[in-house]
Amino acid sequence: MTAARRERAWAIGILAGLGGLAFLPLVARRDDVLNFVFLILLSITLAQSWNIVAGYAGQVNLGHAAFFGLGALLARSLWIGGTPIVLAMLAGAALATSFALVIGAPAFRLRGAYFAIGTLALGEILRTTVGNVLPEISTLPTATIAGYRLAHRYYLALALAAVSVVTVAALAGSRAGLGMQAIREDEPAAEASGVGALRLKLTALALSTGLAGLAGGLFGYYHISYYPSHAFSPTWTFDALLMTFIGGVGTLHGPVLGAILYIVLKEYLAVRWVDFHLLIFGALFIAIVLLLPGGLVQAATRGRRLFARGEV
Amino acid sequence: MNVLAQQLVLGLLIGGLYGLAAAGLSLVFGVMKVLDVAHGELIMLGGYGAFWLVALFGLDPFAALVLVIPLALVGGGLLYSGLFSFVVRADEETRVKNSLLIGFGLALALHALAVQLWTADERSIVTPYGGAVIMVGELAIPLVRLLSLLLAFLLIGGLHLLLARWRWGKAIRATAEDWQAALLTGIDVRRAYLLAFAIGTALAGAAGTLVSVGYSVSPSIGLEWTLKALIVVVLAGLGSMIGTFVGGLVLGVAEAASAAVFGGPYREVVGLVIFVVVLVVRPRGLFGK
Repeated sequence: MTAARRERAWAIGILAGLGGLAFLPLVARRDDVLNFVFLILLSITLAQSWNIVAGYAGQVNLGHAAFFGLGALLARSLWIGGTPIVLAMLAGAALATSFALVIGAPAFRLRGAYFAIGTLALGEILRTTVGNVLPEISTLPTATIAGYRLAHRYYLALALAAVSVVTVAALAGSRAGLGMQAIREDEPAAEASGVGALRLKLTALALSTGLAGLAGGLFGYYHISYYPSHAFSPTWTFDALLMTFIGGVGTLHGPVLGAILYIVLKEYLAVRWVDFHLLIFGALFIAIVLLLPGGLVQAATRGRRLFARGEV
Repeated sequence: MNVLAQQLVLGLLIGGLYGLAAAGLSLVFGVMKVLDVAHGELIMLGGYGAFWLVALFGLDPFAALVLVIPLALVGGGLLYSGLFSFVVRADEETRVKNSLLIGFGLALALHALAVQLWTADERSIVTPYGGAVIMVGELAIPLVRLLSLLLAFLLIGGLHLLLARWRWGKAIRATAEDWQAALLTGIDVRRAYLLAFAIGTALAGAAGTLVSVGYSVSPSIGLEWTLKALIVVVLAGLGSMIGTFVGGLVLGVAEAASAAVFGGPYREVVGLVIFVVVLVVRPRGLFGK
C-alpha cells in the first residue's frame, strides 16, 4: 500500500500548501501577485476536474470547455441578478452536471477516440450557439466594479482548489475510483468482473463536469468583462489537457504540478512572445505522449529509481 | 428563390474543398488507423505556403500548386518519420488514442508557430482575376471558386486512379483492408504507411492553397477545417475517395441550406449536429466495421 500512502502524503502536502496560501493576501498587498496565484488555483481546479474523467475513468473528454462555459454563464447571470455568489456557482455546477448527464448516455456509446471527437463537436456546437445567441460582451454593472474585491475571488479559488484535490484524493482510494481505473485499463475485462462501466463513467463525468462548472462560475465572478462564448472556447479544454498530461495523468499531484508549471511558463513567456508557450507545451506534450506517458510524476519516479540504484 | 439558389451554389463550391480536405484525413485514417487531428493545421500551413510562393515569387496561385504539392509530400514524409511512425507500432486502440493526442499537440505547436511566423491576421491571395464572376442566368459564380472546385475534383480523381492502378496504390489499399494479411503477402506495410501519410499531407497542402485563393487563411482556421474534414469522413465512410468528395459536396450544400433556413451564424452548428447524430446512431461512426 505504499502507493496509496504516498498519494495520501501528497494530498496532505498539497492541502498544507493551499492552507499556507491563505495568508498570502495578508502578506502580499500587490494585486498582480494575487492575480497570478488566482490563475494557478483556477487552473488546478480545471485540470483536476478533467483528470477525473480522463485520468481515472480513461475517457478523453475534448468538450470540457462546454461545462466550464455553462457554469460561467449561469453563475454570472444569477450573481449579477443578486444571488449570493456561492449559490450562483452551485447552480452553475448543477446546470453543467445536468447537461453532462443528459448527453452522457449517448456520448458513452462512443468509445475511445470517437468519444473524444464526439465531445469536441459537442463543445463546438455549444460555443457557436452561445456566440450566436449572446454576441454582446458581458460587463459587470458599474456598482459591482466599484465594490470589486480581488481577495474574495482569491479565497474562493483557494477553497475550490482544495475541494478539487480532496475530491480526487477521496475518489482515488474509493471503490468507485478503483472501478473507474479498471475501466480505463480494460473496459470489457472490468465489466466481466462486475464493474458497472456506464454507471461509473457517468459518475466520473458528473463529478468532473460539476467541478468544471464551479470553476466556470469562479471565472464568471472574477472577470470584469468578456464575451460569453469565450468561456466555451476549446482553449479551456486544451489547457486542462496539457496541464494534466505534463504533470501526470491519473495521479493526484500530477495536475497540480502541471498547472503550476504551465501558468508560470505561460506568464513568463507571454511577456515577450504571444502564444509562444503553446509552441513549447505542444512539443513537450508530444514528447510526453511518446516517451513518458506518465508525465512529470513518472519522470520523478524514474529519477528516484535511478538514484536509488546508483547508491546501492 | 434566387437567393436560396445562389447560396446553394456557393455551398456546392466550398463543398468541393471540404471533400478535398477530408480525402487526406480519410486516407490516413483508413490506412494507418491513425486520427490526425492536426490535419486542419496542415491545411493552414499549405495555405500560407502558397501565400508565400505568390507573394515572394509572384507565381499564379493555381500554378503554385505544382510546388506546394511536392513540398507537402516531403513535409508529410518527414512528419511521418519523425512522429507518426512511432504511433503505428502500438495496437489499434492505443494507436487511435495516441495519434489523437499527438495530433492535438502538433496542432497547438503549429498554430503557435504560424502566429509567430505570419501574425494572427487573416490573409488571402489576391489575383488579377479574383473578382471575375460567371453569370449563369441570375446566378453569379465566382471564377476562382469554380476553378478550385474543378481542381479539387481533378485531384480526387487523380488520387482515385493512383490508388486503383499504381502498384503502391494497391499496396496502400491492401494495407487499409488488413495490414497483417498485407504483410504476409510481402507488402512493405511501413512504406505503405509512409506513402499514405505523405499523400494525405499533400492533399492537405493542395486544399490549403485553394482555401487561400478562394477564401482566406489565418493561424486559427485549423480546428474548423479538421472538424469539417471529420464530419465528411463520418458522413462518407472510408474506402472511396469519390464518395468522400460527394460527402464534401453534401456537407457544403447542407450548410448553405441550413444557413438559408436558420440564418448564417448557424451554418457551422448544423454540420456538427449532423456529425454527432451520425456518430451516436452508428457508435463507431459510419466507418465502423
